[in-house]
Amino acid sequence: MDKFTSMKKFHQAKWNEPIIYELSEAGQRATLLPSACCDCIDTAEALSTLPKNMIRKGSANLPEIAQLQLVRHYNHLAQENLGVDSNIDIGQGTCTMKYNPKVNDRLAGSPKVADMHPLQPDETAQGILEVFYKTGELFKEIAGLDVFSMQPGSGSHGVLALASIVRAYWRDKGEEEKRDEIITTLFSHPADAAVPIVKGYKVTIIQPDADGYPDIEAFKAALSDRTAAIFFTNPEDTGIFNVRIKEFTKLAHEKGVVCCYDQANANGLLGITRTVEADFDMSFFNLHKTFGAPHGCGGPGSGLVAAKKEFRPYMPTPLVEYSPEKGYYLDFDMPKSCGKIKSFWGVAPVVVKSYAWIMALGAEGLKEVSRVAILNNNYAMKKILAIRGASMSFPNHPSRIEQVRYSWEQLKADTGFGTSDVQRCIPDYGTHYWSSHEPFVIPEPFTIEPSESYSKSDIDAYCAVLKDISRLCYEDPEHVKHAPYNSTVQHIDHDYFDDPGKYAITWRVYTKKYKGYFEPR
Amino acid sequence: MKKKVYPYIPNSEPEVQKEMLRFIGVDSIDDLISDIPEEVRMKGEMKLPEPFEAEADLFRHVNGILNKNKTAEELRCFLGAGCYNRYVPAVVDEVVGRSEFLTAYAGEPYEDHGRFQALFEYQSMMAELLDYDVCNVPNYDGAQAAGTALRMATRIAKRDEVLIPKNINPDMLKSIKTYLEPDVKVTYVDYGKNSGRICMDSLREKLTDKVAAVLVMNPNFFGVIEEHAQEIADLAHAKGALMVALVEPSTLGVLTPPSRYGADMACGDIQPLGIHMNYGGGVAGFIAMNDDHERIEEYPSRLFGIAPTDGGEWGFGDVLWERTSFANRDGAKEFVGTHSALWGIAAGVYLAAMGPQGMKDLGEAVLQRQVCLRKMLSGIKGLCVDKFSGTPFEEFVVDFSGSGKSVSEINKKLLEKGILGGYDMSKAFPELGQCALFCVTEKTTASDMKALAEALTEILG
Repeated sequence: MDKFTSMKKFHQAKWNEPIIYELSEAGQRATLLPSACCDCIDTAEALSTLPKNMIRKGSANLPEIAQLQLVRHYNHLAQENLGVDSNIDIGQGTCTMKYNPKVNDRLAGSPKVADMHPLQPDETAQGILEVFYKTGELFKEIAGLDVFSMQPGSGSHGVLALASIVRAYWRDKGEEEKRDEIITTLFSHPADAAVPIVKGYKVTIIQPDADGYPDIEAFKAALSDRTAAIFFTNPEDTGIFNVRIKEFTKLAHEKGVVCCYDQANANGLLGITRTVEADFDMSFFNLHKTFGAPHGCGGPGSGLVAAKKEFRPYMPTPLVEYSPEKGYYLDFDMPKSCGKIKSFWGVAPVVVKSYAWIMALGAEGLKEVSRVAILNNNYAMKKILAIRGASMSFPNHPSRIEQVRYSWEQLKADTGFGTSDVQRCIPDYGTHYWSSHEPFVIPEPFTIEPSESYSKSDIDAYCAVLKDISRLCYEDPEHVKHAPYNSTVQHIDHDYFDDPGKYAITWRVYTKKYKGYFEPR
Repeated sequence: MKKKVYPYIPNSEPEVQKEMLRFIGVDSIDDLISDIPEEVRMKGEMKLPEPFEAEADLFRHVNGILNKNKTAEELRCFLGAGCYNRYVPAVVDEVVGRSEFLTAYAGEPYEDHGRFQALFEYQSMMAELLDYDVCNVPNYDGAQAAGTALRMATRIAKRDEVLIPKNINPDMLKSIKTYLEPDVKVTYVDYGKNSGRICMDSLREKLTDKVAAVLVMNPNFFGVIEEHAQEIADLAHAKGALMVALVEPSTLGVLTPPSRYGADMACGDIQPLGIHMNYGGGVAGFIAMNDDHERIEEYPSRLFGIAPTDGGEWGFGDVLWERTSFANRDGAKEFVGTHSALWGIAAGVYLAAMGPQGMKDLGEAVLQRQVCLRKMLSGIKGLCVDKFSGTPFEEFVVDFSGSGKSVSEINKKLLEKGILGGYDMSKAFPELGQCALFCVTEKTTASDMKALAEALTEILG
């Protein structure tokens, strides 16, 4: 049976799994706790030290469940979830879903990482500090920059770090008050617009020109001596590489503006073009995207910050340094630092996984990652554009880098079904599809990113699924209307997510608002 | 030379590459990047170390580096200060190690039903522990949760100043400031020199009708319980301000939950709920409150809700999506992104495994050890365990100022004996002299405590 046929016959696990509170049976325990450490003080005496008003009355309403029943519940939930390991995960464009090598999980899950307290003396943490330091050394080549922080927990956090560094930089130059604007582009990641606002910046969004590039005339008009920084994603969410990127950085630098490069997704650029060649001052890289660490259902990840050395004083504190006398150490002596982005020093297991991923591939392997990501993408593009009803944004480009933003505009015009309908159909094939970042400036958008982990037959199968859904939209609208059929759950009523009288964010609220199955109380 | 084929890159195989290129209609991959201009191309190749291509070699290399660590398990750990050496039940590691969870990302409620339900259940159990109606999908960490809770309060109260007590975790404070500056004005409230608790006179003085929120860390950074929290909430409310409690959730099997002393919101870090310390990488935050629509609208975080389906199943999805920066990039409430969802699943498993009795037993085991250790140390010459009169829970301050020795010297000597001494407070709190913050967990044994007492007796003697 070929892959597409298998997918067409897919049925997801459907356990009708109860909410954990429905599994609760009084008196059950899944784990027991140590008792008093010795006889010198008993528990009652210890409790008597507490102020009476601060002792909890009654116990928390948590479920009571034995260990097998608990494990079974979560195994059922796991089976009702698709990760990279279970599906051809190329439908979540911009997110670089790729294989996360098991050996890296084994390394990062070892007690030598898991059981390290962040405030241990550096001399007892030489191993993990060495991994942080050497990861920075690798990024000297990968980014072409000089100093690194692994503190941010994701890409948005990387943007927060960059915006904070920009603010600290202008404070030091005495222009913090004046430089209060940041410029980004419409097809940059949404975080490039949303996050600087939290740091008190006014954000200008440059619209695309007819070719899909950020409009350079609009950019010139937006630049001024009030501009603190630019935040550009490249390639943009469309998969188009901004070929005039150096013109943008040149214009910005002429006004003294700091240039920040969103390299959250650098999967098509490794060893081909880097932050330094595009003349940016800083950038950040998502280790959970390009560099092989898993996404964990939405974090924790890591947004590694890279900067030119003149920005070192403003980096988040501490930085990991090395000297022959001290070995590896945390350097807190940074009086001009932007402060801290995250508790402690960063997500150590993610850094370990990415270090191992890079060390397994080397320079040649990293370049092959990007070359194959580009090959896969352009191969998928040709197949998808042959599907009835599908088109792509800004078609006048010979090729795309690592992803493409497509459109079902024609499908919608012909059949009334658009991207959200396709999204509802695809779980029936055992895979996943995401529309796109909002706003939907490309009508009925979808973004496909077939990273280097996927084989030719994987891509063939996924494209065959899209083709089959298009066929259904044209030929069998009744079927499409009620999809999905073979997933864990059927069509979900979205009225329950926006109406304050109806929504329930916890089981406690559910039981206040409803009895039985959504019968209002 | 034969072209390399990589285990993680199936289409690195040369024949398949040729076939795909033929289909695309180009001769080489280079033709596909022809629009990247020469002027931005990297010249030459990246100079990276030779890779460890065989998995066995890679494992040996990385493991060799990591083996230079000496872990909290190999030493006797008395460090806390925002990260707790708690026992992680095997069931937690089993669930978060499941690759369906570990390798998933942002799937939709249809194909990723499991993670939506697991996180809805996490929200539900956290809300019960905290005694609120609503809890969010995890933030990055407790510091972000606190910063965001305070920002939410500024939007709710429509004021732009917040009060933060000086007995707050100094590491967290640095990140909280990152979230607040420059829009929100921070005013600091003193702590009582004797009690270690928030100084009520200082609070009254700083609490004006411009203040949006008063933050109370409970237990505070000195380990001391803020037993007048209700009075603080009453004072805040009288001025039209909110009270935000920053709590250590694993204490709440025993300690009164924040909703019952007037806190409008609770925030904190779930690392102590079944997440390995991971050198500080095990942090994740929560914000909880009551089911008040206007206030819920101020969350930047994802909130998973429950809904009916055509098939009569439990369905899930995002509540009030339009609030988020995913929906509305430059008009959102702050921002949301990839935070710490996996740790939310972990904490959910932990709370379900512990149950009501487990959380109570945990709190009692910790408290009993603290009282025991404090008693064991109290007789040692050169230190003082009564620096503050306020009641400690899992951590307490030991003052070494009378010994003539610095905490740094003492900790060095303790380490020689295989002991990780308390957190050195002298840099963050110079006014306290040579103080250290000692922490126990349910894992601390009588033998650990005895070793510490003997070592300190010898070092200070």
